[in-house]
Amino acid sequence: MNPEQKRLLRIIQALEFTAIDLTLYLDTHPADERALAEYNEVSRRLQEAMMDYQRRYGALKSYGHSPPQTRWTWIDEPWPWEVSD
Amino acid sequence: MWIYEKKLEYPVKVRRPNPGLAKNIITQYGGPDGELAASLRYLTQRYTMPTSQAKGVLTDIGTEELAHMEIVAALVYNLIKDAPLSQIKAAGLDGYYADHDRAVYFVNAEGVPWTAAYIQSKGDPIADLHENMAAEEKARATYEWLINLSDDPDVTDVLRFLREREVVHFQRFGETLNIVHEYLDRKRTF
Ligand SMILES: [Fe+2]
Repeated sequence: MNPEQKRLLRIIQALEFTAIDLTLYLDTHPADERALAEYNEVSRRLQEAMMDYQRRYGALKSYGHSPPQTRWTWIDEPWPWEVSD
Repeated sequence: MWIYEKKLEYPVKVRRPNPGLAKNIITQYGGPDGELAASLRYLTQRYTMPTSQAKGVLTDIGTEELAHMEIVAALVYNLIKDAPLSQIKAAGLDGYYADHDRAVYFVNAEGVPWTAAYIQSKGDPIADLHENMAAEEKARATYEWLINLSDDPDVTDVLRFLREREVVHFQRFGETLNIVHEYLDRKRTF
């Protein structure tokens, strides 16, 4: 994984982590409008970052959730647990 | 259904083999307070939760625990994959090696395989949510003992992340317990 690819992946991980944490918070505070606005904003940025990454480096999601590809990138290495850097 | 994402929730870095550390961390994979137990507990309890909010919390935390299970597996896998047999023996992991080589299996730190008896699904939302709050505290404590045992700063960093998540999950289950109590009280009054 080249440094630019890793940098983008770290951004995606950070954005999605924020989205996960806000999801759990909103489950118990569904009327919190500020949290909802934050969730909407982070979701928008996450979608953008995911699309950008996947167009350059291949699919991050399976089952029809990644942008069109010209070859089957899903099975490209590394898999998430192949991480020793 | 679930969609797999080809990335970890939190980055894992392992620079050198450390089967002794892997032997302890594996309990958060297949031990009594580990991530498999957490995930399966919440995902099976959700069917009989009385409020939509509680169903949501159990679905979402159960799903996040699957991501944590993958992080723990990534730690264990990388800590043992290049370990020489002499190190595996010295770490007391030779019994595990006899059964699994360097594969990742659901056992606790002493090699006892995972069992569904670790978890409960009681059909009583108050009992279930109390179990879940206790489970989160036990997982938090386990991560603290693992941090005490860790001699690898990169691994400790990941254990700290996982520990923090248990604190947040405990908080959300506590709020869910209050919401379910209110719901049951209202049902009783009207
Ligand atoms: Fe948890």
